[in-house]
Amino acid sequence: MAVITVERKPLTLLERTYLPQIVGGLATTFKHLIAPKKTLEYPEQRPAIPPGYRGVPTLVRDPNGREKCVSCQLCEFVCPPKAIRITPGEISADQTDRAHVEKAPLAFDIDMLRCIYCGLCQEVCPEEAIFLQNQYSMSGYTRAEMVNHKDKLYELGGTLPDQHYKWDKKKTAEEHGNAH
Amino acid sequence: MFDFFFQLHPVIQGLAKGLAVIMVIFPIAGACSMAERKVAAWIQDRPGPNRAIVPWVAWIPFVGKFLQRLGIFHVMADGGKMLFKEDSLPGHVNKFYFILAPIVAMVPALTTITAVPFGAYFDSAGKVITLGLAPLDIGMLAVFAVSSLGVYSAILAGWASNSKYPFLGSVRASAQLISYELSMALSVLPVFLWVNAPGLPGTMSFGRVVEFQSLPGFFGGMWFGFLMPLSAFIFLVALFAETNRQPFDTVESEADLVGSFHTEYGAFKWGLFFVAEYSHMIVGSGVFMLLFGGGWNPLPWVSLATAVDWLGTILPFAHAPLFVGVLSIAIFLGKTLAMIFLFMWVRWTLPRFRYDQVMKIGWQKMLPLSIANLLFYAIAIAIIQK
Repeated sequence: MAVITVERKPLTLLERTYLPQIVGGLATTFKHLIAPKKTLEYPEQRPAIPPGYRGVPTLVRDPNGREKCVSCQLCEFVCPPKAIRITPGEISADQTDRAHVEKAPLAFDIDMLRCIYCGLCQEVCPEEAIFLQNQYSMSGYTRAEMVNHKDKLYELGGTLPDQHYKWDKKKTAEEHGNAH
Repeated sequence: MFDFFFQLHPVIQGLAKGLAVIMVIFPIAGACSMAERKVAAWIQDRPGPNRAIVPWVAWIPFVGKFLQRLGIFHVMADGGKMLFKEDSLPGHVNKFYFILAPIVAMVPALTTITAVPFGAYFDSAGKVITLGLAPLDIGMLAVFAVSSLGVYSAILAGWASNSKYPFLGSVRASAQLISYELSMALSVLPVFLWVNAPGLPGTMSFGRVVEFQSLPGFFGGMWFGFLMPLSAFIFLVALFAETNRQPFDTVESEADLVGSFHTEYGAFKWGLFFVAEYSHMIVGSGVFMLLFGGGWNPLPWVSLATAVDWLGTILPFAHAPLFVGVLSIAIFLGKTLAMIFLFMWVRWTLPRFRYDQVMKIGWQKMLPLSIANLLFYAIAIAIIQK
C-alpha cells in the first residue's frame, strides 16, 4: 500500500491567535442554546420501548382468560440467579372452564432483586406463559416489596395473543375420542 | 417624598444606600448561579432545573408554571440547603483563618461596588449626576486596589485548609492574578489618557469615561470598545483570568486539584466563596461596560440624553429625574447581565487552558500586547490632542 505523506501545514497567524476558533465555538454553542431540547423529562415523558425489549418478567393469560403457566418449573431450573420460586398446584375438578388445563402454579414468585433480565425463562417456557415485556422500572421501599407474587405477575403480564390454543385443541381432540 | 431621605444624617443615608445595593447584588449573585445552571443545560440541549415550586405560586395559572420552568425556585432551594446543612469544620484546619477566608472573600467583592456608578440622571440645569454609592474621583484605581484583595481569601483558604490541593490551588490563584493584573491595568490606561484631555482636571472616575462616550459626533458617540478594540479585548481576557472563569479556570480545575482552595469547605462558607466570585464577575462586567461599552448609554451614538429626548415625545414624564435614573440603571444592569451571559457562554464553549499555557499567555502574549497597545494609543492621543 502506498504511503501518503500528509503535509502538516504550520498554523497561520490568525489560527495561532485562537480567536476564529473561539468565535466558531461560540456560534456552535449558541446554536445548541436555542435548539430544541433532546432530553426526555422522565416521569411525564417515557421513552419509546423498542420491540424485543427485555423488561420485567411477567406471566400472561391466554385469550380465554386462563393462566397459561402449568408450573413445569423449567424456568425455575434454568434461571441463572435463581430468582424464580414456583409452588406447583393442581386444578380442582369444579373449575369447568379450566377442565383441560393440566396444572397451574399455586404460588409463583420472582425476586426482582435477583433477576438479571436475561430472558432465559421466556426462552425455555414450553407453554409461552412467561414473557419479558416493556415494564422497565421497579422500585420499592423494602426487600419484600421487590418480590413479584403471582397476582402481580399476571397483572403486569395481561393477555397476549395466542397462536396455538393448546387447551382448546386438547378439548376438541378428547371430544373426538382421541385423548392424546 | 424624597425630602425625608435627604434630611437624614449622611451616615444613615450611606448605610441605606449601601444596604439597598447589597440587597440587589446579593440576589443577583445567587440568581447568576442559577442562570449558570440553566445556560449550561440549554447549551447541552437539556431543559435544566425546572421542578421546584412553592405551592402558592403554583396556584397562579400561567406565571407560576413559567417561573417553575425557569427554575427560579431552585435558587431558594439551593440557598436554603446551603444555609441549613451542617457547617462542618474539619479537624486538621487552622480554624481562625479557615473561618476568616470566606469573609475576606466577601468583603472586597462587595466593597468594589461602592466605586462603580450604575446610572445617571440630569438635574434641572441639565447637568449629569452619576448614581453610585461613592462618586470617587479615583474610581478605577479603587476598583483595582480593592478587587485584587480578593486573592487573599484564596491564599488564606488554601493555607488554612492544611491540605495540599487547596494549597496548590491558592498558589495558582495568586500567580494567575498577578500575571493578568498587569496587562489589565495597562489595557485601561489608553482610556484614561483619552479622557484626561489637556486643560481638564485629571480624574480616574468612571463618570468621566461614560461622559466621553456620550458626546455628540461620530468619534464622540463611539464607545471605547470600538475606538480601542485591542484594549477592550485585553481587558476582557484579563477579566476572565481575574475572576477565575473558564478558560482560565486552572485555579478550580477539578481534574487536577479536586476543588482547589474550597476543597475543605462546605455549606454556607462554600456558598460565600461562590457569591463572592459572582459578585466579582458582576462588578467586573459593570466596569467593562463603563469603560468600553458606553455605560448607561443605550446604543452606540445614542446617548442617554438623546434617548430621553426621544422618549420625551411619547412619554410626558420622560425628563423626570426619577424616570431617567431608573432607565439608566435598567440599561446598565441589562448590559452587565449580558456580559455575565457572555461569561457563561464562553465557559460552556472553551476547554480549560493548562496552567503553563495560562502563564505563557499572560506573560508572553498579553503583557507585550498591552504595552504595545499603550504605546500606540499614547502616541496617537498625543498627536490628536496636541
